[in-house]
Amino acid sequence: MIAVEKITKTYGSSVVVDGVSITLPKGGVTSIIGPNGAGKSTLLSMVGRFLSADSGTITVGGLDVTKTPSDELAKRLAVLRQDNHLAVRLTVRDLVSFGRYPHSKGRYTVEDERHVNEAIAMLGLSGLADRFLDELSGGQRQRAFVAMVICQDTEYVLLDEPLNNLDIKHAVEIMRLVQQAARRLNKTMVVVLHDINMASTFSDVIVAMKNGQIVASGSPAEIIQPDLLSQIYETEIKVVPVGSRLVAIY
Amino acid sequence: MLPEVRRKRVRAIVALLSVLTVIAMVAFMTLGAKGSWSFILSFRGAKLAALVLVAFSIAVSTVLFQTIMENRIVTPSIMGFDALYVLLQTVLVFAIGAGRLSAMDPFLLFLIEAGMLMLFSNLLYRWILAGAARSPHLLMLVGIVFGILFRSLSSFLQRILDPSEFLILQDRMFASFNAVDTSLLGIAGVVVAIVTVIILRMLPVFDVVALGRNHATALGVDHNRTIMFTLALISVLIAVSTALVGPVTFFGLLVANLAYLILPTSRHAVVLPVATLIAVVTLVGGQVILERVFAFDTALSIIIEFVGGLVFILLVVRGAAR
Amino acid sequence: MKSTLPALLLAGFILLVLAVASLFVGVSDVSLSSLMSGDAKSLQVLLVSRAPRTAALILAGSSMAIAGMIMQMLARNRFVEPSTIGTVESASLGILAITVLAPGAPVIAKMITASVFAMAGTAIFLRILKFVPLRSVLLVPLVGIMLSGIIGAITTFFAYRLDLLQSLGAWMTGDFSVVLKGRYELLWIAGALGIAAYIAADRFTVAGLGQHFTTNLGLNYRRVMLLGLTIVSLVTASVVVTVGSVPFLGLIIPNVVAMMVGDNMRRSLPWVAILGAGFVLVCDIFGRLIIRPYEMPIGAVMGVIGAFFFLYLLLRRTSRAA
Repeated sequence: MIAVEKITKTYGSSVVVDGVSITLPKGGVTSIIGPNGAGKSTLLSMVGRFLSADSGTITVGGLDVTKTPSDELAKRLAVLRQDNHLAVRLTVRDLVSFGRYPHSKGRYTVEDERHVNEAIAMLGLSGLADRFLDELSGGQRQRAFVAMVICQDTEYVLLDEPLNNLDIKHAVEIMRLVQQAARRLNKTMVVVLHDINMASTFSDVIVAMKNGQIVASGSPAEIIQPDLLSQIYETEIKVVPVGSRLVAIY
Repeated sequence: MLPEVRRKRVRAIVALLSVLTVIAMVAFMTLGAKGSWSFILSFRGAKLAALVLVAFSIAVSTVLFQTIMENRIVTPSIMGFDALYVLLQTVLVFAIGAGRLSAMDPFLLFLIEAGMLMLFSNLLYRWILAGAARSPHLLMLVGIVFGILFRSLSSFLQRILDPSEFLILQDRMFASFNAVDTSLLGIAGVVVAIVTVIILRMLPVFDVVALGRNHATALGVDHNRTIMFTLALISVLIAVSTALVGPVTFFGLLVANLAYLILPTSRHAVVLPVATLIAVVTLVGGQVILERVFAFDTALSIIIEFVGGLVFILLVVRGAAR
Repeated sequence: MKSTLPALLLAGFILLVLAVASLFVGVSDVSLSSLMSGDAKSLQVLLVSRAPRTAALILAGSSMAIAGMIMQMLARNRFVEPSTIGTVESASLGILAITVLAPGAPVIAKMITASVFAMAGTAIFLRILKFVPLRSVLLVPLVGIMLSGIIGAITTFFAYRLDLLQSLGAWMTGDFSVVLKGRYELLWIAGALGIAAYIAADRFTVAGLGQHFTTNLGLNYRRVMLLGLTIVSLVTASVVVTVGSVPFLGLIIPNVVAMMVGDNMRRSLPWVAILGAGFVLVCDIFGRLIIRPYEMPIGAVMGVIGAFFFLYLLLRRTSRAA
């Protein structure tokens, strides 16, 4: 369970996250949606202890993120930010192996090796494992980063806009993977998404943010509603049921 | 035409700078003088003339270079022009031999060196510009590293020439602020006069070139030819200043940017003289203050390097933040 | 990735051959036969001069290359190394300070002072980088070169005032001909730091991925930065104090190794160490041969090669981007 309590973050005079309180259930996929500047990434960064909040507390699985030693937390919680620009030249396997660092501190065991190979296979990177990241396409690189986070093998995984730079095929693959990780490995996946329909299709819970506050949270059926979405995005949005899913049209 | 307010401001700036220039020059000639006046006047007069020529050459070459590069941070010295000149000097010593070289007519030698600089800088910078013009940062970095390369090559060759007396050779063969080469004053004066006449005739063209390649071409200026010709003029001016006092990396950057800062116009007819006046005041005045007031005889070039480096970082980082 | 171990062993063997060659190259003749025949003088030269010199070359070469690699991780930029960002200049300023303030201080005290200064200078560089957008890759080395110019100007100013310019020249131009038994042992500290860097290799690679990656993996980013800064400063200080600056080594070697085996320091660091040592050996042997019976200091050789390599790196990048 991730518990966020009265979290506020300001930059100068602008309030980016404004007294947010929310509890995200353990297990399943939670998507955070909302327009640009809603405070989604900032909130995620604070949960991932990259940023410290001005006030409020955050616990992940009962651990206070500001008080728990960082290396302890790294075994429970993995975070992938958007914008992964690398100056160093690493192979896919190098990068994914670093996911094991919190567990092995650089002395890799057979067990670590197995995790690395599994993560690489899971993201369909087996053929590319020994290629350098700068030789890969944007989508392949993004998958390598996700593989690293998966390889970290934590109960909680936070992904900030993991679908950026991905074409539809790979975006869907990543979201299926996120869903599988939640179902089969019983992980808690929290994903910031831009695409409402991806959120609608793959989430168990959707949290909608706007102007630093949480506007609504609930099941996709509760959130993917024309009035609510139109209000959040300030654009007229219709919702059409297609099979068992709700599809937003704008 | 400039509006009246701005014209007044320009006139005030020029007047103020002229007064300061005169004060600096008089102070330079008279302060702390001991002994025979005729000796002092001719000795200091020669040095003053050298400083003025250097100030003019650096200020004008920098402004023109920045105009053709459309970039107010690069200068010929930052791009390695004067390091290239020293390298050419060294290569000449290397090829002909120090002994035979000092027997040669210094005028002829200077003309050969300046000609070589014109040739090589044109070849080199045409090549760099073709590849790097798109990224000003790359242009600067490549220029700076070329400068480092030229300096390293010079010192490498100088060491081969005379491994045991390397430092002495350096002092004797190459000019520096401590060892102003006054034997070249005559030719330097003539060259600067010729260049000035050419520049005066080209002033409106520079204003057009400053608009950029497309606009300049649309207005009927042969952009490529003008740039190549201006590069040649710049090479000559750099040859003058480097032959007289050796390389000075950041002086041009300082005076040019100061001129842009205080002037309400970017017309070359105003910028060039004002930058020159600023250069003369700084160089002569700075020399007076350091030499006569603080008795720090030759620290001026070091201080210029220090302040210039700071300004450069400031300009670059501020430009990147924008 | 195939195991690079066989290739690494081969490189190690070549290094060994170079080291042996280094023992027998120099002004006074030392040969296998003279040693076998029990020539006391040959043995003396070997033990007092050649062997220490060879050890110093290997230690300084490998540790400076490693320092360059760590610096590139900390700055997250390919184009930096201690001699282009002010670390070396700061170290010389430190040596200057202690030479003036406590002339009789033991060499270890000099080294510690130099490393404190080096650390401060490098920290200033990293601080300035916070104002530079990460993606303006070329701005980082530009700022670094200018910062070293500024610190260098301060150092030159004081050295000039205190009449220590010649000593400053010695610190700034690496020269292994000064190495004798009893006067290079400080470099073993640099060697030990190289091993420490290997132990912490993963941390530095992670730091090279950025602050967020580092935090996500449970490491304290500031602490890793501080560790890296300490190693870089101590290595630079010990090398500058004993033999003077070996410029560009930390730029050339890590870039070549990155092209070969990538940047995972656990794998690349042994390569960096071996190639660094080997390259310095080659350059030093070349310097001993080119102007016999004199010697070309390695700083002068590296300056030329390094500047060429830097240009190659910069221009290769553009042609690829084009």
